[in-house]
Amino acid sequence: MLDYLLDPFEYSFMVRALIVSVLVGAMCPVIGAYVITRGRAFMGDALAHSVLPGMVGAFMFGFSPYFAAVPAGVAVAVLMGAVSRRTGLQEDTAIGIVFAGMFALGLVMLSVADNVNVGIEDLLLGKVLGVSSTDVLVSLGLATVVLLGLYLFHQQLVYTTFDPVGARVVGIRVGRVEYVLLALLALVIVIGIQAAGIVLLMAMLITPAAAGLMLARRFVWVMVIGAAVGVTSAVSGLYLSYYVDLPSGPAMALVATGIFALTTIPRGRFARAEVA
Amino acid sequence: MTAGATHKICVHNVAAERNGFRALTNISFEVGPGQLIGVVGPNGGGKSTLFDTVAGVLPAVRGEVEVSGELAYVPQRDSINWHFPATVLDVVMMGRYHKGGWFHRTGKRDREIARDSLERVGLWERRGMNMIDLSGGQRQRAFIARALAQEASILLLDETFSGVDVGAQEGIIRVLQGLRDEGRIVMLATHDLTNMADRFDLILCLNRHVCAFGPPRETFNPLVLEELYGSHGVDLERKSHVHA
Repeated sequence: MLDYLLDPFEYSFMVRALIVSVLVGAMCPVIGAYVITRGRAFMGDALAHSVLPGMVGAFMFGFSPYFAAVPAGVAVAVLMGAVSRRTGLQEDTAIGIVFAGMFALGLVMLSVADNVNVGIEDLLLGKVLGVSSTDVLVSLGLATVVLLGLYLFHQQLVYTTFDPVGARVVGIRVGRVEYVLLALLALVIVIGIQAAGIVLLMAMLITPAAAGLMLARRFVWVMVIGAAVGVTSAVSGLYLSYYVDLPSGPAMALVATGIFALTTIPRGRFARAEVA
Repeated sequence: MTAGATHKICVHNVAAERNGFRALTNISFEVGPGQLIGVVGPNGGGKSTLFDTVAGVLPAVRGEVEVSGELAYVPQRDSINWHFPATVLDVVMMGRYHKGGWFHRTGKRDREIARDSLERVGLWERRGMNMIDLSGGQRQRAFIARALAQEASILLLDETFSGVDVGAQEGIIRVLQGLRDEGRIVMLATHDLTNMADRFDLILCLNRHVCAFGPPRETFNPLVLEELYGSHGVDLERKSHVHA
């Protein structure tokens, strides 16, 4: 049994994949805790899809996709807000329009560009077994930035999430805090796409944090339990990916979904109490 | 709260707009330390707009708002995101968040102040409970404790009584009267007209303008009540009003 667990790590690609899986499993739910309590799940999914043209563009010009995805993510977030304000459409409509448009642009760029030797399936479904040493280092760097950002802005993020009106009264710039969150989210998305892929990133961003929300009474514990569920899912997915030869995204997503289902068995807080 | 405190709210000739709509016109009033003010008026009468203007969240399009003193806002139920899991103590600690600057962490002294605040409203024993497991009245008391932790000398309470039964309302009023007695300014918006005379020192009747402002027994007369709640369609501008 122990051999089954340890043998894969004779290969250095598995060690790299393990590091990235743990990072993805931990970072996605930590920021995902904000995403789900602020009701921004659709925004998270849209952002994950919308960074595709930025990443493909970076591949085309020989840059690392990481550097392109972050400004792309922030730009997309700003664009969604601008479309919503300019047209007066509901925000989710604006998000949907930008999301589909940007994703389509990325797919077209991918099929037009002939110098890009990255598989579309790897981008969409995740290929954690293929991460390079550079990917590992950049992921560690990005994760550090995200944790630092979440630590520095913790009080403002918590206040604006729970009581946006009161937050403005005590002088918090609510809009600016939202952009800080979206920028950090864009960073996490870039880390997450390697393992979970664009299409199934939601399973790491939303599902483990939601499991945390089922079990925790305090927000910080939503992050901690979420991260535990996330790491468990990501590492289990990694083994499935290795032994059954699955794309890593679906493997991780299935485990996360299974764990979430288990957490709903004891009736959750929100089922008991009236959510005013 | 020390005697001889100087905190006050002066609103002079203020107009405010919400979503391009003129929600308040020609608002003038002054309140000083040690006053408990009930702000009444119909829905859409501009109570929340007035509070937002006084709190500095919504700039006045005309006139002047002068607020001196630390101001705290006690939110109405609908403006809180109840999906966010927070204990009573978590919420009260929010009152300490910006005290040392936003990037400063709260410490032992902050927790002591939070404890005093919670004991003040009688919720210390429930500090570990989740906010959504509290009754409506207890939730409001938790937010009042947050305002106390913020060391506010001015409290604005928006629709604090909505979803709170009469018994719990009295409990909240007693807490607020205690804060008033220590010199704080407490303004409470409500469309519940129960026991106004016993509850408040001053009443501000608001229906997009100040219909009346003064002690309860002088303020409520049939003309003012009609202006507040009846005959919306009549030309209000033609009527004469007493402005304080």
